[in-house]
Parts: sequence; structure tokens; C-alpha cells
Amino acid sequence: MSLLKPGHRGCAGCCDALAAKFVLDAIGEDCIVVSPTGCLEVFTTPYPESSWGVPWIHSLFENAAAVASGIEVALKALGKKNNTRIVAIGGDGATLDIGLQAISGAFERGHDLLYICVDNEAYMNTGVQRSGATPLYASTTTSPAGKISSGNPQHKKNMPAIIAAHGSPYVATASVAYAPDMMKKVKKAAQTRGPTYVHVHAPCCTGWRFEGSKTIEVGRLAVETAMWPLYEMENGVITNVKKLRNIKPVEEYLRAQGRFKHLFTAESGVEEIKKIQAIADWNVKNFGLE
Amino acid sequence: MRNRMVVVEGSFAVAHAVKVSRPHVISAYPITPQTHIVEDLAQFAADGEMNCEYMNVESEFSAISALIGASAAGARTYSSTTSQGLALMHEALFNASGMRLPIIMTVVNRALSAPINIWNDQQDSISQRDTGWIQLYAEDVQESADTIPQLYKIAEDPDILLPAMTCMDGFILSHVYEPVILLEQSLTDEFLPRYSPEIVLDPKNPMSFGAFADPSTYTEFRYKQEKAMAVALNRIEEVANEFNDVYGRYYGGLIDGYLLDDAEIVIMAMGSVIGTIKDAIDELRSEGESIGLLKVRSFRPFPADAIKKAIKNAKVVITLDKNISIGKNEGALCTEVKACLYNTDFRVPVIGFMIGFGGRDIPISMIRNLVTKAKLVEKGIFVESEIVDLREDLA
Repeated sequence: MSLLKPGHRGCAGCCDALAAKFVLDAIGEDCIVVSPTGCLEVFTTPYPESSWGVPWIHSLFENAAAVASGIEVALKALGKKNNTRIVAIGGDGATLDIGLQAISGAFERGHDLLYICVDNEAYMNTGVQRSGATPLYASTTTSPAGKISSGNPQHKKNMPAIIAAHGSPYVATASVAYAPDMMKKVKKAAQTRGPTYVHVHAPCCTGWRFEGSKTIEVGRLAVETAMWPLYEMENGVITNVKKLRNIKPVEEYLRAQGRFKHLFTAESGVEEIKKIQAIADWNVKNFGLE
Repeated sequence: MRNRMVVVEGSFAVAHAVKVSRPHVISAYPITPQTHIVEDLAQFAADGEMNCEYMNVESEFSAISALIGASAAGARTYSSTTSQGLALMHEALFNASGMRLPIIMTVVNRALSAPINIWNDQQDSISQRDTGWIQLYAEDVQESADTIPQLYKIAEDPDILLPAMTCMDGFILSHVYEPVILLEQSLTDEFLPRYSPEIVLDPKNPMSFGAFADPSTYTEFRYKQEKAMAVALNRIEEVANEFNDVYGRYYGGLIDGYLLDDAEIVIMAMGSVIGTIKDAIDELRSEGESIGLLKVRSFRPFPADAIKKAIKNAKVVITLDKNISIGKNEGALCTEVKACLYNTDFRVPVIGFMIGFGGRDIPISMIRNLVTKAKLVEKGIFVESEIVDLREDLA
């Protein structure tokens, strides 16, 4: 049985639950997991129940990296470090927004820990509000599409690049829709000494508005349209990229989700889809996806 | 050599007390006037004098957060901060207490911004009153240092498991050089057992910390924290006596008195102002005044019973607060003392004076003036509570 036990309160088709299961499958039982506040924390630990088959701690929203670094240092001080992996699993809000400072500090200090961002591109736990990871023109409850708005006006923050700039020995992007690839990267990150980072793209059926049975399908479309490039960086240099054959137009990805629906009903949508296509085109060129 | 006095800075005495308490992890962020404590600790670590990991973090928020992780992993932990730094920790203070992690911290008391001010008052720690931390206030440097191992012993008690802060007045105690006895390692080892908690993050025995509690379970967590505080109420007194047995020094457990037993006028206060009050009382006693001091050492847990007993002969009680609840025009000690007397038959006027904000000096003459003012109550002139020593040109 997985180290993430069944019976939790995740939605049917939940990307977070998949991601957590893959992480534990990849790392095994000799780890300590830190979760910031978010869906994963809420649906896995309704007191007195817990889905976690490994030691787990949730402290606050913005401090998972600091808590993880304290655990790592404590194990060292107590002579208990051995091979135990310290793994933080945080959502995009906890990682790109409110927890960024603590992550920066932890990566700068060079702790031996793995931080995994499970990125579903908005604050899903509180009802789909935009975050720094919300992509351009996605409609969320705080960046809604409307008569004079096309949804979220900002571009997604490039978190892997920010982490790489800290000198991390291993940074990778992954997707819950590519489980073997994701688990391979998580394992590699866990085996690399120092602060490592895996950014996992995680389609949320509730927040992105698609059927719960289509989580993997939507995740694959993100990769196949080059909206989410899969790559690995070692010591700041890209060492591996998942190449794509027959790159699909972004429309196929956007059409599958309710959060981009307004782009296909409003007149301005044509121009806006072009701007999103430009992001995918840049990814293809920048990461050499073809 | 036992009981050898040396003249050192207050911060050094505290850092030394931390060192001999053998913490595993120290995590801190520099802020005036706490800096000398963490600098001294960093030097101990740099010189290999401590078997301890010293973490330089990027904020007070991460300092306390790292200790939450370290403490949950089974480490004895220490931090120190003040003022803005403590305010920045606020959210995590609740969290550390709710998770029952016995983290120890020295709060070097300093005023809060705005206007920004680096000098002493006690608004910072008083504002953390309801976070579920034990709070002891020290009168002098020796007590500031000696309280460290005492707090570890109290906080780590399996029936308590609450974080605790020792509060020392910024600059007045942290930067003063005075004669102290540095805590001996051998005596501290005798007094303070090694920390070996049973509930820790351990892959061999996985447990979940910090779960989600809904309305059907949340209340009981708070109830158990309150119960632990009640245990601490007894334990603080016991540990003060155990400390006295080993080191031969005693400062009171929850409270302490000075010429208190027969006193008709009782002054109550916390922290370094106690010394000034004692001098004022000596003068007033020599002039025939029936006056004494009640030092409140433990503010959380609040020793209501001990206070009620100690002031039962008083005709007037004066509270001195270096803090204010703006909009209530009262300091916290005043409010709490009045509240603890309400449901009793004992009636005594409680007069609250707020003094020493932002480091303003509190001379003996001021204490004497306040006593004179409080005595007007005998003539029916009753000032319930006020900020005193105001400048006419600015007020």
C-alpha cells in the first residue's frame, strides 16, 4: 500500500493526492514531510485521522522551508541525520507567494532538503483565488473574466529559475500526468545532497473546471502544447529536456478547461490566445523542445 | 570555584546561561537590543565551545519557524528577539504553543513602532500575552541568566510542554555590566536533565504534527494548553526552589515580596524597575511609610491566588506598567490585578500608572511622586489609571 493512505478527503481526480503519492512512492519511508497550509494538509489530516505513513508536520502557510531546515539541522545536531530525507511539499501559493522568503533563506543556507512545489496555479484550498503561479488570462475568483477583464493579467512567475539562481544543485520540472518521469526526478532530487527543487504541474479539476476523470489528460495537454516544459537543471545548467513531437496548438489545452472559457466567447479572445501561444512558442525555443 | 562573581555585560551572562543549558539548535535574527546575546552565542559556536547548531536565518519569522521544526524533531532549542522581531513571530508563537513545543526564547524588551524607538518598554512581550507562552520577567542580570535553565526544566516537563519566554528589559539589563555569577556547567548539568522527548518526528515511528482540527475537536486543544499552564503554576515555584537548592539563589517563583507583609501601600511591577522601586521603598520606609513591593515574576501563567494572598493587608495597590492597551487606558498588569480581585470579598483600590515608555527614565523621585498621588485616594481623589510623566510641550 502507498505511504499516503486512502480515505483522505481529496476531490475525485485530485492532483495533490496524486503528487503526494508519487513523491512517497519515489522516496520511501525514511523521510520526514513538511506541508505548509493548503489543500493537501487539510484533506490528509482531519484530526484524529491522518493519511501519512511517514512522519509529517504542518506548521503555517509561509514557513514550510524554514521548518524543514530546522528539522534538518536538529537531526544533524542529534546525530540522527543518516539518510533520512527532509521533504517539503507545498502548493504554488505557499511556494511562489507567501513562502518565497523562507524558501530563499533555506536554499541560501544550503540545507540538505528537497522542496516540491505542487503547482495547481491558484489558491484552491480557499476557493480558486489567483496566485503568482496563475497563468496569463486564467479566470479565477480574484482575477475573474468580466466585461472589461480577460482574467489574470500577469504572467506566471518563473520559480524554477529563481531557485536555480540560488545555486541549487538540482532543479526539475515535472507533471503528475507523467508519473514515471516525475518519480525519477523526485528520486534524483532526494539523492542529491543540498537543497533541491522539483516543480510539479498539477491540474486541479475543481479550480480549472474540468471533469475529475480528465486530470491526466489535461496535464498531458499542458506538456504537449509546450505550456509546461519538462526539464532538469544541474548546478544552474539545463541538462535534460523532454522533447516533443507534433506540438499541439495551445487552444487544445485551453479549450479543455473552464478557466479559459471566456477566451472562446469574447471577441478579444483571438488576440489573447495568440499571446498565450507566444508563451508556448517561447518555451519551445528557449528549452529546445523540438 | 563556586559563586565567583565576575563583571560582564547582561547579554553575555544570558548567552553563557544558554550555553551551559546545552541547546541542540539556536536560530536567530539580529535586532537591537538583542544583538549581543546572539553575537556571543555565535562566537561560542565559532570557537567550538558549544555542541550546538547555530542557524543564521533571514527573518525572525524563520527563526521561530526553524525552531518549530527542530523542536518537533526532538531538539532543545533557543532563540532571542525583541520588539518588531517578536511581533513578526506572532503567528508562529501561537503555532509553537498549540503544537506543545518547549522552545525557549529571551525577549529583550523594547518599544514597538511607530514611532520607531529602540529603547525599553514591555509592549512587545505583553502583546504576546495570549499566544500560549509562559512568560517570566527578570529583575536583574543574574535573574535573566538564571531563568534560562529554569525555563527549560519547566517547559520540557511532560505535563507542561509549552514554549516559554524570559523577558529582560532592553539596554537596562541587556547592555549593563554588573557583577554576576556565571552559571557553572557542572551545577547546570545537575539541575537540568537532558532533553529526551517521546513525541518526535521519527521515520521509525511516524506521527503527524499540526493536523487540521474542526469544531468538534479544536476546543479541547485549547483546554489542554490551559491545563498545562495550571500545572506550570505549581512547577514554576518548585523549579525556583530546586534552583535554589543547587545554586543557592532564589528570586521568587511566581511572585516575590519586599517589605510586603505589613505593607498598607503595595506597589506591583515587573522587570528591572523593581530595583528602583526597592530603593524608593527604603526611603519611604525610613520616613515611616507602611509600603512594600510585590514583584510579579510570572505573567503567564498569571498567579492570581498568590497575588490575592500577598496583598490581603493592603489599603492601596499601585501597579506600574511599561505597556498600554490603547483604548482601555490601562497597562496589562493593572487590568489583570483588578480582574483577579473582582470575584472576591476583598476590596482595595487599584491605581494603575503607565511609565517608562520607549525608554523614558524612571527615577526614584518619580516612584515617590506616584505614591503621593496614589495616597490621595484616602482623601477620596481616585485616579484609576493614567500615563504619567507627560511632557507638557508635546502632550
